[in-house]
Amino acid sequence: MNAVVTPAAPTTGKLIGRRIGIITWLVVFAFLLIAPFVGVYPVFMMKALCFAIFACAFNLLIGYTGLLSFGHASFMGSAAYATGWLVRSAHLSPELGVLAGILLAAALGLVVGLIAIRRQGIYFAMITLAMAQMIYFICLQMPFTGGEDGLQGVPRGSLFGLLPLNNDLVMYYVVLTVFVAVFLAIVRIVHSPYGQILKAIRENEPRAVSLGYDVDRYKLLAFVLSTALAGLAGSLKTLVLGFATLSDVHWSLSGEVILMTLLGGMGTFAGPVVGAVTIIGLQNFLADRVGSWVTVIIGVIFVFCVLAFRRGIVGELVAWRQRRGDR
Amino acid sequence: MTEIFGLPIQAFLGQLLLGLVNGSFYAMLSLGLAVIFGLLGIVNFAHGALYMIGAYVAWISLDKFGVNYWFALILSPLVVGALGVVIERLLLRHLYKLDPLYGLLLTFGLALIFEGVFRDQFGVSGQQYAVPELLRGATDLGFMTLPNYRAWVVVASLTICLGTWYVIEKTSLGATLRAGTENPALVQAFGINVPVMVTLTYAGGAALAAIAGVLAAPVIQVTPLMGSNLIIVVFAVVVIGGMGSILGSILTGVMLGLVEGLTKVLYPEASSIVVFVIMAIVLVIRPAGLFGKEM
Repeated sequence: MNAVVTPAAPTTGKLIGRRIGIITWLVVFAFLLIAPFVGVYPVFMMKALCFAIFACAFNLLIGYTGLLSFGHASFMGSAAYATGWLVRSAHLSPELGVLAGILLAAALGLVVGLIAIRRQGIYFAMITLAMAQMIYFICLQMPFTGGEDGLQGVPRGSLFGLLPLNNDLVMYYVVLTVFVAVFLAIVRIVHSPYGQILKAIRENEPRAVSLGYDVDRYKLLAFVLSTALAGLAGSLKTLVLGFATLSDVHWSLSGEVILMTLLGGMGTFAGPVVGAVTIIGLQNFLADRVGSWVTVIIGVIFVFCVLAFRRGIVGELVAWRQRRGDR
Repeated sequence: MTEIFGLPIQAFLGQLLLGLVNGSFYAMLSLGLAVIFGLLGIVNFAHGALYMIGAYVAWISLDKFGVNYWFALILSPLVVGALGVVIERLLLRHLYKLDPLYGLLLTFGLALIFEGVFRDQFGVSGQQYAVPELLRGATDLGFMTLPNYRAWVVVASLTICLGTWYVIEKTSLGATLRAGTENPALVQAFGINVPVMVTLTYAGGAALAAIAGVLAAPVIQVTPLMGSNLIIVVFAVVVIGGMGSILGSILTGVMLGLVEGLTKVLYPEASSIVVFVIMAIVLVIRPAGLFGKEM
C-alpha cells in the first residue's frame, strides 16, 4: 500500500524518542504482567492478546509488505477448528494441537498465497477474499466442524503435561509469553535484511524486481509467515475460549482484523496491538448495550478511519512526537 | 431421453435456468462494479449492500404503500441511485488520490453500516416478495415447463446489460465516459464536467445494482445478508473475467451462473465453491483473467 505513512526518522530527538519508546514498552509489559492481579478479567485479556497476535500477523503483510489480505480470518479459523477437533476428539495435547493448527494455516496460506500473488493490489484483496469464502464454505460443510453449532467444549488440558491450563492464571501467562515472543519475532523479521526487502517491495515493486529480487518468493514467504501466525492466534483462542465456530472463518472477522490494524496504525509495531485491544474492548462493552448496532458502529469507525485517520492511533502519536521534535 | 445425469430432464433444465437467473445477477453486478472501477478506481464493496437495499425498497414499497412491482422497478433504482450520489459526493470523493485499497475499505465499512441498519430494522429472517400477477404461472414448452418470472428475469437483465454495453461502447456519451477512464484531465479540458460525470457513474452503477435487487426479490428471500453473500462471488466473477471488458464481464457472469447451476445437478456439495475453484484455476492459467489485458 503506497499511501501508508512511514514515519521518517527525525534527526534530532531520535534518541530521546527511542528512550520514551522503550519506557512505554516496559510500562505496558509491567502492566500485562500484573494485569490479573489488578482486577482485569483474565479471559478478556487473553482474548485481546490472541487478537493482538492476529492483528500483528496481519500487519506484517499490510504494513510491511503492502499486501492487503481480505481473507485472514480463514487462516485463523481453520487453525481454530483444527486445534479444537484434535484436542477434543483426538485427545491430542494442547501444544501438539496448536502446532497442528499453525501447520494447517501455513499450508493453506501457501496454497492461497501461490494463487493470490499472481495479481497485485486490489485484485490481491479480492482473490484472498474469494479464497477465504471458499474455505468458509468448506468449513460449513465438513462434518467435523459441527456446522452451524461449531466445536464446543474444547478442553484446555495441560501444557507439556506439566502446566494445568484450566487455571486461568496459568493460561494467561502462557498466552502472554506467546504474545511477547510473536511480537519480538515480528520486530526481528521487520528489522532483518529480509524485512528491508519486504519494505522495498511495498514502496516500489517494479524497482525491487529490477534490482534482481525474486519478488514473488519474498511475498509468498511473508504471506505464509503471516498466515502461520494467524493460525497460532486462532489455535490459542480455541484453547482460551474452549470453542471454535463459523464466525472464526467468516469474512466479517477478516474485515475486523483490517480495522484493528488500520485503527491502531498500519506499519507500526504497537498499532495492531492497540487496535486489537480497542476493538475487542469496544465489542465487549457494546455487546450487551446496543445489540445488533455493533456492526453499524464498526462500519462507522471503518469509514472514519479511512477518511480522516489513516495513520491510526499509534501512527498519529508518532507523527505528533515528530512534529514536536522538529520544532 | 427423459433423464440427464440421473435427473429428470425437467429438474435438470430447471437447475440450469436457476443458474442462468443467478448468472444474470452476477452479470448485472459485475458490470456495475467494472464501470465504477473504470472511472473511479474504486472497487465498490458496498455494491452488494446497494443490491440488498434495492430489493428492500421494492419490498417496503409493496408492503407499506402498496406500490406494485413495475413501479418499484423504476422507484428502487432512483432511490438507490440518489443514495449513490450522496455516497460519492460525501465520502468517495476524498479518496481518488489515494491507493485504491482505501476505496475498498471505505465501501466495506459502508456495507457493514447498511447491513447493520437493515438487520436492526427487519431482522435476519427472509421476507417473501410476491411474484407480480402478470408473470405468475409457467409456460409449457413441451420438453419443460418454464416459470414465467424466471424467464422474465433472464430476459430483462440481459437486455439491461446489453443496453448498458451499447451505451458505453457505441454512443457519444459512452465515448466521453471511456475517455474519462483513460484521461480525466484531458476530458475536463474539453469542457466536460468530469466530477459530475463521476458522480453520475457511481449513481448509475448503484441503480444497476438496485434493479438487480428488485428483479431478485421474488426469486429469493429478501434478507439483509443477501448482498454480502453475493458480492464475494461477484468479486470472484470479476477476477475471472477481468475488469477490462464490459461484454466480457456480462459473458463471464452468465457463464459462471450456468456452471454453478450445472454443479448443483452433478455434485451439489460443491456448488457453493465452484466459482472460487474456477477462479483459482483461471488465475493459475491466465492471471489477467479471461477477458483482461495484462497490466
